[in-house]
Amino acid sequence: MKITVNGRLRETAGNETITALLVASNLQPAATVVERNGVIVERTDYTTTTLEEGDVLELVRFVGGG
Amino acid sequence: MSLSENQRARYLRNVLIPGFGEVGQESLANARVLVVGLGGLGSPAAYYLAAAGVGTLGLMDADTVEVSNLQRQILHTTADIGRPKTESAREKLTALNPELKTETFASRLTSGNAADLIVAFDAVVEATDNFEAEFLINDTCVSLKKPFATAGILSLSGQAQFVVPGQSACLRCVLPEAPEGVPTTAELGVLGAIPGVLGSLEAAEVIRWLLGMWEPQPDGAGLVHGFDGDAVRLRTVRVPRRTDCLCASVWSTT
Repeated sequence: MKITVNGRLRETAGNETITALLVASNLQPAATVVERNGVIVERTDYTTTTLEEGDVLELVRFVGGG
Repeated sequence: MSLSENQRARYLRNVLIPGFGEVGQESLANARVLVVGLGGLGSPAAYYLAAAGVGTLGLMDADTVEVSNLQRQILHTTADIGRPKTESAREKLTALNPELKTETFASRLTSGNAADLIVAFDAVVEATDNFEAEFLINDTCVSLKKPFATAGILSLSGQAQFVVPGQSACLRCVLPEAPEGVPTTAELGVLGAIPGVLGSLEAAEVIRWLLGMWEPQPDGAGLVHGFDGDAVRLRTVRVPRRTDCLCASVWSTT
């Protein structure tokens, strides 16, 4: 299955949740804003939202450094 | 007050920007901006605010300059090691722009002093290195209805957001609580050019707001900018405001 994450085309196994994608990318779900096909996903829905073919995701992880 | 001949020359490329003009330059001269944190983000932010002609900068940092700061904190030089960052910053910024007025605060921002300090400024640049201070600035600025820029950096990435309380989603609309388990620059480092990008973005947003060029999204969403240094890509996501957020009390409509 092909999805686009932060502008890069990516091949993934099907049935992957947003949480699984974040964890695999070393991004902390509590610190990461997820936009899926132009719409922000509620953080409480990360574990139940399954990615689909052609999804376009923007992930913005909040970091504290200054 | 109109611009002097020196000011006309110094700020020529400001006033030429469509919508800026001499009126814009005068409003910058009358503005007071507090920069909290004079490190990686605060260095470029303070430099660009001073260069642009912001009249008064509050400079806050409790730390002294260390050698390991110098690969990213461009306000400070090798000769400044051991000096308070506030003093080093004041020296560089007033050398750049002698008309700049500075107020220095060589202490930490706490829940005890934040409101008294921030109330005296028109806008704040959050340039600290920790979530605790970021959320303290968010909550204080929301309660005082002061606009602020906030940003964070790590390795080759970072994010920035500009908040006008009551007009755009605040940091807590995006992240209700400070997240735990996020690595820090002490663990994963940061390339100096990364805070260069994000601190400059913070300064640009504050200046745009001071000039009256900033406009809210019609639905009050907040724009969060993420920067990927490994792909050299800035991506902006629209985060809706939350009606159950702490900031809901300062909105005129719900």
